[in-house]
Amino acid sequence: MPETPVTQSPVPQTQDAQLSPQLVLDEMKKNGVTHVVWLPDSETNFLYQLMQADPSLQLVPVSREGLAFSIAAGLATGGQTPAILIQNTGLMESGDSLRGWALGLQIPVVMMVGYRGWTRHGVNTDTAATYTERFLNAFGITYYLVETSADAPRISIAFEEARRTQRPVAVLMADEYHGFNR
Amino acid sequence: MFQTADMLRIFHAYRGDAIVVPGRGGRHWAQISTRPTRDVPVGDPAMGGHAGFALGLALARPADRVVLFDSEGDLLMSLGILPTVAELAPANFYHFMLDNECYATTGGQPVPNAKNVAYDVIARGAGYPRAFAFDKLEDFEASLPSILAQRGPLFAALKVVPEVENVPIGQRVRWQTRTRDRVLADLRAELGVAR
Repeated sequence: MPETPVTQSPVPQTQDAQLSPQLVLDEMKKNGVTHVVWLPDSETNFLYQLMQADPSLQLVPVSREGLAFSIAAGLATGGQTPAILIQNTGLMESGDSLRGWALGLQIPVVMMVGYRGWTRHGVNTDTAATYTERFLNAFGITYYLVETSADAPRISIAFEEARRTQRPVAVLMADEYHGFNR
Repeated sequence: MFQTADMLRIFHAYRGDAIVVPGRGGRHWAQISTRPTRDVPVGDPAMGGHAGFALGLALARPADRVVLFDSEGDLLMSLGILPTVAELAPANFYHFMLDNECYATTGGQPVPNAKNVAYDVIARGAGYPRAFAFDKLEDFEASLPSILAQRGPLFAALKVVPEVENVPIGQRVRWQTRTRDRVLADLRAELGVAR
């Protein structure tokens, strides 16, 4: 009896290709980002050393993600171009600040959101991932998934949309916990 | 304790060309200020965010003095802003905080541990290089010139008389003289900021 062949999924079950931190930084700089308001997370921590070393960026550290939205609103009102770098957990915690400060004041800010719990095969065991896109949809916020270096140009698309619509736009950084293992 | 309006009238004499975020003092400041295009009465977009917004303005406009009239209810929601301000240390940021010991706009319920919180101590502990507290108007008036002569960031807690509102929101009289969009548009025009 012939052996039953193993069916290969067309989508890899785990993420091998990764996102170059330099490409992400280049995208931010290309779009004139002056300040990165951020709270460290597992999915985007690889950016920290690069951002810190870049004299054209000022890092604004916060201790709770909701603070990022009012700070970004002040920066944008004063003529600067902030980006927000937080995790999806913190994004959800920030609901009222996102509503009042970013949407309410029509702040064209890109939120780079670490997509905790995201997996390529789509079956997640982390409710942080379960509710992320639902949360963004509830607020009517457009989002772009960035998984590998090939996706990096989507970051510029997000910035262009934020400028055009005068609204926050999200970039979901879909890294599977590689973190410092780069 | 003193009246917010009296305190703001004193401040007005020293305001110069500062950008003023009047927070919950906006009702009075709208009647006192003579430079409305440099005022940013954004109302209450989301409670707890005034300090962050004013910090962002200060970072964006380092050549402009930014004066914030925060409130203790707002600050208690976002105490974490204090170490962020202290680390970035914007020299142009002046953080005044109105402490009426209650949530006046919801009927006057006390904030947690209302009468026993030393906000100036918290600010200093978070790393503000200078922090003050005033509960007498004459002390505030006497100290204000020297406070404003110092580099920011600095913090000053001001004990003010509660102005409790207890009528349904829909029946309250609007004190705003401009819409929020107009406020922001006026400020951008004043600062030469394009959208």
